[in-house]
Amino acid sequence: MKAVVCVKQVRTLGDEVEFTSDQRDVDPDFVELAVNEWDTYAVEEALRVKEAAGDGEVVVVTVGGDEAEEALRRCLAMGADRAIRIESVTSDVADPFTTARALAAVVGPEAPDLVFAGVQSSDSVQAATGTMLAELLDLPRVAVVTRLAYDHAGKRATVQRELEGGLIDVVEVDTPALLTIQTGINEPRYATLRAIKQANQQEIAVIDGSSDGAPAYRVRRMFVPPRGEGAEPLGDTPAVVAQRIAEIVKARLS
Amino acid sequence: MSGVLIVAEHLQGRLRDVTRELVTAAGGLGGPLTVAVIARDPGPLAEAVNLSGVDEIVTVRVDSEEFEVDSSQAALEALVAERRPDVTLLGFTVNSMSFGPAVAAKLECGFASDVFGIAREGESIVATRAFYGSKVQAELEFPAGSPVILLLRPTAWSPAEGPGQATVTELQVSPRTARSRHLEFVEAPPSDVDITTSDFLLSIGRGIGERENIEQFAALAEKMGATLSVSRPIVDAGWMPSARQVGQSGKTVKPKVYLAFGISGAVQHLAGMKTSGTIIAINTDPEAAIFDVAHYGAVIDLFSVADELEKLF
Repeated sequence: MKAVVCVKQVRTLGDEVEFTSDQRDVDPDFVELAVNEWDTYAVEEALRVKEAAGDGEVVVVTVGGDEAEEALRRCLAMGADRAIRIESVTSDVADPFTTARALAAVVGPEAPDLVFAGVQSSDSVQAATGTMLAELLDLPRVAVVTRLAYDHAGKRATVQRELEGGLIDVVEVDTPALLTIQTGINEPRYATLRAIKQANQQEIAVIDGSSDGAPAYRVRRMFVPPRGEGAEPLGDTPAVVAQRIAEIVKARLS
Repeated sequence: MSGVLIVAEHLQGRLRDVTRELVTAAGGLGGPLTVAVIARDPGPLAEAVNLSGVDEIVTVRVDSEEFEVDSSQAALEALVAERRPDVTLLGFTVNSMSFGPAVAAKLECGFASDVFGIAREGESIVATRAFYGSKVQAELEFPAGSPVILLLRPTAWSPAEGPGQATVTELQVSPRTARSRHLEFVEAPPSDVDITTSDFLLSIGRGIGERENIEQFAALAEKMGATLSVSRPIVDAGWMPSARQVGQSGKTVKPKVYLAFGISGAVQHLAGMKTSGTIIAINTDPEAAIFDVAHYGAVIDLFSVADELEKLF
């Protein structure tokens, strides 16, 4: 059983934001990095499938610069067997099409039984890279998976996908397939200190990304959205805030 | 052709609201508007999408009664090839996200999702969407001359109303082997609580930190006469059942008062509660998106406010 999991080192912003001089992205000095939350569930699910199968390999792949290796090391510490970083081909915020093409060149030759990706990344929220990758690899795919039962011998999986409003659609899909994994499908394991130390020693393969083809889009301008009037402040101390809440609640419900 | 194609979205035989919103969004772009209905029995759905502003309805018959990704993709590819729209609009929904991006990749179209603003500028399309946890927004442009496929954020436009006078035509699309099959729907397990009927929701999110803290807010809700509801991370952690979840993958609510503790306000959460009568938000992050929709707010430790509230009820 071989699984490939696509992961992303996402960017988060603090309270203050400044933009690059061309106004097309946030100044990297105002960015913090973290593993995409959805991807930790995807890695956990891949590890569980491998453990249930009794043997196999879980390969984690990312597209990004040196700084993205931290995400891969976290996945290695969780139990992934091997990690590949695809060097970014663009200095722009990666669009899903560019990322999917870079991933396809590496994931395809690995010939996995299952490809996992998070439903979306918290910094871009496109929910598109996984589906585009499936298309480029000509794989069946299911988006927003909240339960997985994989039948390796039968070359199929029965999955639940979560629709709007919480309705669950049960789907059978031929494998190899690509699944985008929703949060809550499992409880991602914590890495032990020993595993973290070992992961730091592990070799990460670095591959140049391919750069053919147009991106899905180009950012023309990034900006802080104009704020509305915003919320009326309730006060500065817990007692005052609570008093005001009590007044508002009583007035609205009477 | 410089026209707009919409793919109607339906579930269990009913047209979904987002389709009417797409019609409104398309109206702002101008040009002829075509709505595609991909279904085993497109007739009733075609009637439902005959809305003011729609010029043409194209039906595509497929074998599967419920959504199936490969036939939906084959249909959209054929529609784009046949009608040559310069803009194709789908909802940013679980179904559309499993084939819309694939068509964009295959046909090398421009693409963006969770878009909440679109405009024509001369020959070009400009789409607006958020990045980085909704703290910033961006205008996107697309490769010149390529058609564009956009997945639009549900509830960002008002639904189109009023009958239209669209012509209805059928497009034959050769079937494609389905590599996945719908087996059944599973409704969420029945629950003794219905958060959609409560006038007063006290809602908690990731900010409460630990599972042990739920009890304090459950007790506070009871004391205040509120129903306890939660945001997605609380359900993901297994701390509360999904019946209490507010948001796109949970329940859409509209209580008289929505009191939110430690909820940052992810887009999917806001979509489920932003029309509440009075929204009060308590959060330690002054930049939390929930303050954009809240009527009242405080940037303060939520536990100390909860402690004080207990004394008042």
